[in-house]
Amino acid sequence: MKNRKFRNILILAVLLVTIYFLIPLLPIELPDFWTDRRVRLGLDLQGGMQIMMEVDHHELPEAERDDAVLSAVEIVRNRIDQFGVAEPSIQRVGRNRIMVQLPGLQEFDRARELIGRTALLEFKLLATSEQIDQTRERLDQYLQENIDDYPFLDRFVLHEEDDPMRGILEDEEDDEFEEVAGDIFSRLTSSQGMPMMVSNQDLPYVQRLLESESFMENIPSGLMLALERENRLDPRADRELFVLLEKTELTGNMLENASVRIGDGTDLQSPNRPYVSLRFNREGARIFEMITGQNIRRRLAIVLDGVVYTAPTIQDRIRGGEARITGNFTLEETQDLVIVLRAGNLPAPVNIIEERTVGPTLGADSVRSGLSAALFGLIIVMIFIIIYYRVPGIIANLALIVNMGIIMAALTILGAALTMPGIAGIILTIGMAVDANVLIFERIREELKSGKTVRSAVDAGFSRAIVTILDANITTLITAIVLYQFGTGPIRGFAVTLSLGILASMFTAIVMVKALFEAVITNKNRTELSI
Amino acid sequence: MRFFENTKIDFISKRRVAYIFSIILILVGIVALIVGPKFSIDFTGGVSLELDMTAPTPEHPALSIDQVRQVLIDEGITDVEIQTIKGSDDQVFFLFKTQKVDDSFEVQTEAGQDEEEESFVSTARIINLMRTHFPEYTDKPGFIRLQEEVGPRIGEELKGKAIMAILIALLGIIIYIWWRFEFTFGVAAVIALFHDILITVGIFFITGKEISLAIVAALLTIVGYSLNDTIVVFDRIREDLKIYRKESYSSVINHSINETLSRTVITSLTTFVVVFCLYLLGGSVIRDFAFALMIGVIVGTYSSIFVASPLLVEFFGKRQTTRKGGIKKR
Repeated sequence: MKNRKFRNILILAVLLVTIYFLIPLLPIELPDFWTDRRVRLGLDLQGGMQIMMEVDHHELPEAERDDAVLSAVEIVRNRIDQFGVAEPSIQRVGRNRIMVQLPGLQEFDRARELIGRTALLEFKLLATSEQIDQTRERLDQYLQENIDDYPFLDRFVLHEEDDPMRGILEDEEDDEFEEVAGDIFSRLTSSQGMPMMVSNQDLPYVQRLLESESFMENIPSGLMLALERENRLDPRADRELFVLLEKTELTGNMLENASVRIGDGTDLQSPNRPYVSLRFNREGARIFEMITGQNIRRRLAIVLDGVVYTAPTIQDRIRGGEARITGNFTLEETQDLVIVLRAGNLPAPVNIIEERTVGPTLGADSVRSGLSAALFGLIIVMIFIIIYYRVPGIIANLALIVNMGIIMAALTILGAALTMPGIAGIILTIGMAVDANVLIFERIREELKSGKTVRSAVDAGFSRAIVTILDANITTLITAIVLYQFGTGPIRGFAVTLSLGILASMFTAIVMVKALFEAVITNKNRTELSI
Repeated sequence: MRFFENTKIDFISKRRVAYIFSIILILVGIVALIVGPKFSIDFTGGVSLELDMTAPTPEHPALSIDQVRQVLIDEGITDVEIQTIKGSDDQVFFLFKTQKVDDSFEVQTEAGQDEEEESFVSTARIINLMRTHFPEYTDKPGFIRLQEEVGPRIGEELKGKAIMAILIALLGIIIYIWWRFEFTFGVAAVIALFHDILITVGIFFITGKEISLAIVAALLTIVGYSLNDTIVVFDRIREDLKIYRKESYSSVINHSINETLSRTVITSLTTFVVVFCLYLLGGSVIRDFAFALMIGVIVGTYSSIFVASPLLVEFFGKRQTTRKGGIKKR
């Protein structure tokens, strides 16, 4: 008797907790503490973005690699916090991977760029004009001699094929009849006669040269090449190619703050345009003052991730440690720049190795179709069960509904997200939860048939079926746990709802259905049971 | 109401027919695995993109796949699989898929031989092309519905993980059944599970459907479901073997299958009905997943009756013709 009392309290408690967590799903006004605990929708249902990044730390010493990944996680987290996404998740996965989940996000391109860039800010002086000339000559000569390594520059090779004499002198070796231009690099970098300007048309060739290590090795020592950033307002505009001193004068490490400003109408550099204002810390300010003082009339390039953002000519010694990054920026661009500059640079470059984004419309469609599939399935199964088992069928259906409720409540308590495969898991549970009841009912039928009284048939039916229910469900649970370990995101959602569904169905069948059975059927001392 | 009351179907004597039927289907599955089923970008790496390009007004003609494909071909993008999906309210969604690495700008030369293994025809490129060529069809807030880019290395890793997951699940099951029943039951159950997985993979191969991450999850679920079914029958066999000590294995097992038949059918029916609802109403994202489960429910039910239980007869029959305590007492 005591046992039974405990059981009834347990059932009541489970029901109350379930109801507590289900009420916020209803469209009614509730206090905040209550509605905050509402089941969370996964990325695939509310839309959003998931990015897997790999920290490329092969250039770091072994001892620093772990720290590099950890600090990369922190920096990415800072950037996202400043970008403003509700409930982001940033996790380290494995040795050197970072998984970022941004639910509800819609500005996919912007987020990708914000998260993935290294954001290494460097100040470098431009080379002198003699050095620039020397660099051009050297590279022109190098390309002329090694044109075979760069087949994409084929158009600078004058083939003798065009020569009418060619037909006569066949069979000779091809190379002897090729003439390679001696000013390939200069030609690529003098758009409309302007030296060191690259036209949009030649840009892909120059970019490929810059990617080639053997090409870069031929730049005179102490110097480097860097392109001007793409002008978002006019993507086809010419871009300047800078010859910079390799030495970094100052880096973003010494920044104290960065902020977006808008130049006023009289501002010469950026009238009525947004720019980024940088403020150095004390040491940075001292170095900046020194550099500007020593290099008046020279140009100082502000380089971010190897791309030159601006390269103003130093007019005077600058005190106070303030600098500006100006250019034809959009407001959005300056905002994102400020975010990455404030959060600091990543200790090593990161590569995006997987990306999945779901638009809000697909998510909404999935919710709608998932709900209707669940509803239809539930109704059909419930009708069938009532026809097949009658009164006990009603009990089984009640258990089924409680079962669904428990799954949703448990998801809320665990803070797990409901995903589309998760909904599939719930739907599958509808089918399988009925199974526990079917096992019990069929067993009771058999026991009745063998001539037992209602009471002992029910008792025997439950106790025999329970063994089977446990065996059958524990094996399914094993596969669900493996699934959880193996899967990510949506698949995990499926494993979670399936496991919860199995546990809930065991509880409802073994505890709740039994209690109801005893209350409704056996207590009346029936001699007949329609099952 | 009841189905299958007092049935006395002789399943065991017909087991050879079932074996032949199963072996043929399994062979298809094995051939599928050897030839290589169609793996989705989850496992191969690649790009998948779903765009809403419904005509903005009824006056605009609907876009055709050929029109869209031509735009890509003009830009040198080939090998992209394009499909349309009909949404509710006459919406038309275009699905782009490719596993091909982007080499549209020249051929990757020796000179630029850096470690950039992960460059695909980027989704951004396709999106931009669609925006410039079909501005009226693409200018809407929910234009991008789904965008996925998976690096080939990730896919390769995942393939290994998926195989491991299936093997670990099977191992866990064999150990559990070994503990609860005895080893013979575990072996029969696992053979039946391989049977189910192979047949499902075979049917996916024949129908040309892709094996994705979700399908692997479905396969594991089928394992769980089919096992559930098998264990219910095994449980009864274990019980009956204790009760009918004088009967032969085949007649006891036949009896057990018949006793549990109505439960087997009802559970399979309810499960099939809900999975079928999921297939019909669940939307494009989940359709293949539901399809795999549908096959799984059918094959899983079949295998517990016609494969797993008859196999016990083979195993026990080999050992002894008359029974004397072959079964562990529990």
